Amino acid sequence: MDFISILSIFVLACFVGYFVVWSVTPALHTPLMSVTNAISSVIVVGALIASATAGSDSSKWLGLVAVALASVNIFGGFAVTQRMLAMYKKKDRQG
Amino acid sequence: MHTDVIMAVPSWVLLAYLVSGVCFILALRGLSGPESSRRGNRLGMVGMAIAVLTTLVTHIPWTKPAGTYPPTCGSIGNPCQQLFESNQNLILDVFPIFVAIAIGGAIGLVTARKIQMTAMPQLVAAFHSLVGMAAVLVGAAAYLNPEAFAIGVRITPIASPSFVSIFPVSRVEMGLGVAIGAITFSGSVIAFLKLNGNMSGKPILLPLRHVINLGTLAAILGLIAYFIQDQSPWVFGTVTALSFLIGFLLIIPIGGADMPVVISMLNSYSGWAAAAMGFTLHNSAMIITGALVGSSGAILSYIMCRAMNRSFISVIAGGFGGDAVAGGAAAAIDRPYKRGSAEDAAFLMSQADQVIIVPGYGMAVSQAQHALREMADILKKEGVRVKYAIHPVAGRMPGHMNVLLAEANVPYDEVFELEDINSEFAQTDVAFVIGANDVTNPAAKTDKSSPIYGMPVLDVEKARTVLFVKRSMGGVGYAGVDNELFYRDNTMMLLADAKKMVEEIVKSLG
Repeated sequence: MDFISILSIFVLACFVGYFVVWSVTPALHTPLMSVTNAISSVIVVGALIASATAGSDSSKWLGLVAVALASVNIFGGFAVTQRMLAMYKKKDRQG
Repeated sequence: MHTDVIMAVPSWVLLAYLVSGVCFILALRGLSGPESSRRGNRLGMVGMAIAVLTTLVTHIPWTKPAGTYPPTCGSIGNPCQQLFESNQNLILDVFPIFVAIAIGGAIGLVTARKIQMTAMPQLVAAFHSLVGMAAVLVGAAAYLNPEAFAIGVRITPIASPSFVSIFPVSRVEMGLGVAIGAITFSGSVIAFLKLNGNMSGKPILLPLRHVINLGTLAAILGLIAYFIQDQSPWVFGTVTALSFLIGFLLIIPIGGADMPVVISMLNSYSGWAAAAMGFTLHNSAMIITGALVGSSGAILSYIMCRAMNRSFISVIAGGFGGDAVAGGAAAAIDRPYKRGSAEDAAFLMSQADQVIIVPGYGMAVSQAQHALREMADILKKEGVRVKYAIHPVAGRMPGHMNVLLAEANVPYDEVFELEDINSEFAQTDVAFVIGANDVTNPAAKTDKSSPIYGMPVLDVEKARTVLFVKRSMGGVGYAGVDNELFYRDNTMMLLADAKKMVEEIVKSLG
């Protein structure tokens, strides 16, 4: 992929993000923040590459620490979002 | 040569990252309603699993090379890799990665399970800081081992050790990614300390702070530009250090009431950091995600600023909540107000046709949401219609009040946003304000000299009676403005801790 294709993906994704996020109901803004937090930990991909590739030991260690930090976010972020979303209930379901 | 290296990535890998990006889009799309949101969250997990598994399959040296090899061997299926194949020490190589995932995952899961809903703003700030730090570490790892990410070429000049020259575009991307990541980290740490109460929520104003901030920012950008010429460690190190510094400087002057903006802004930054890293690593999943998260945070910041009638610049410039205190507090002395008891409140509300509850940060602080729902249940049994009105900036993060009410089992169809319910106050018998202050201040509509003039507020004063739960008459809201509402004829002040007051009302109703 050359720079221009990457830039195209980025710009289009910004537009998608813009329209998708405006459709999020304000009541769910907190879960929105926690789930965006979890998915931005996709940076773990970079951390995994660093920790799995030979060549530099310090790079590996930095990668491993980043894997651990991002994992906190991935598991914690999705779990806490799930916990919050499970609490939103409609009137009729409540006794 | 640049493209050759990248082309070595098999197309199924690119497709897999694309699929995971699409899953993330659908995860956000699901949040348009509570019912679809749960499915959306699961899709997000699927997307993350796809991204992680794809990376593990393609990058872990399942067959360990015996010596150093060119970067094109980083992915499976390259002919040159077979030259180095030997199945030794695989466990030693892969094991630490799984340990790291297990440790991080366990910490994350335990935290997510144990955290109190009122502490959600702190948790989100802490999580943001982790994304920022991870971005910095990945950037540093890429700097130290550019070949791992296929972003450099090895140059072997005669009579000197060979080194890897990082592509100029990648240097800029890497510099920006590390800078944004570092700002996200230190800014989120400060936001966390302020939200968690380890640090005063009051703005800390340094002299000449605008000059210092702009200077630091210019230095960072200048050094990133210089990084193209010179990839020596000091440039990389200074960019990182200055970025940590400016993240800290940017957040310390911002007061507690502006936290919803700050936390949304840091949310946005964590996205841009991921996107910049995606550019560096040519990874579409990271770019799509980064763009989504970045725009999401930016939109939330915009919504929060609009709800306070403040420009983004003025929030970032900071200092709100400190300057106005002197003027506002002086006016608060010795004005007559009506004080009521829990019994009065119980009587008024049980006689009403409709009660609108207006929660704010004070409810979160005293954990009054469960008692509040109990009160609402009793009222509903007596035939009173109960609704909740939520101001966008009530609390310390976007949607904070909605989560707390949901936690207390308040059905979400009884909870309304400002613009949907504001016209109803005029036909309402009792407005029950609990822990909110500035967002109900009628001065925002009438008093041009007020610092909050022009901010959209809930028209609680139009209700027949306003019950205002407040700890004491002394304190003013976070904006440092006295609330006109306290002294109106139709207002009754209920001076007590929010939770205790509500519990007493429940007792009197019972």
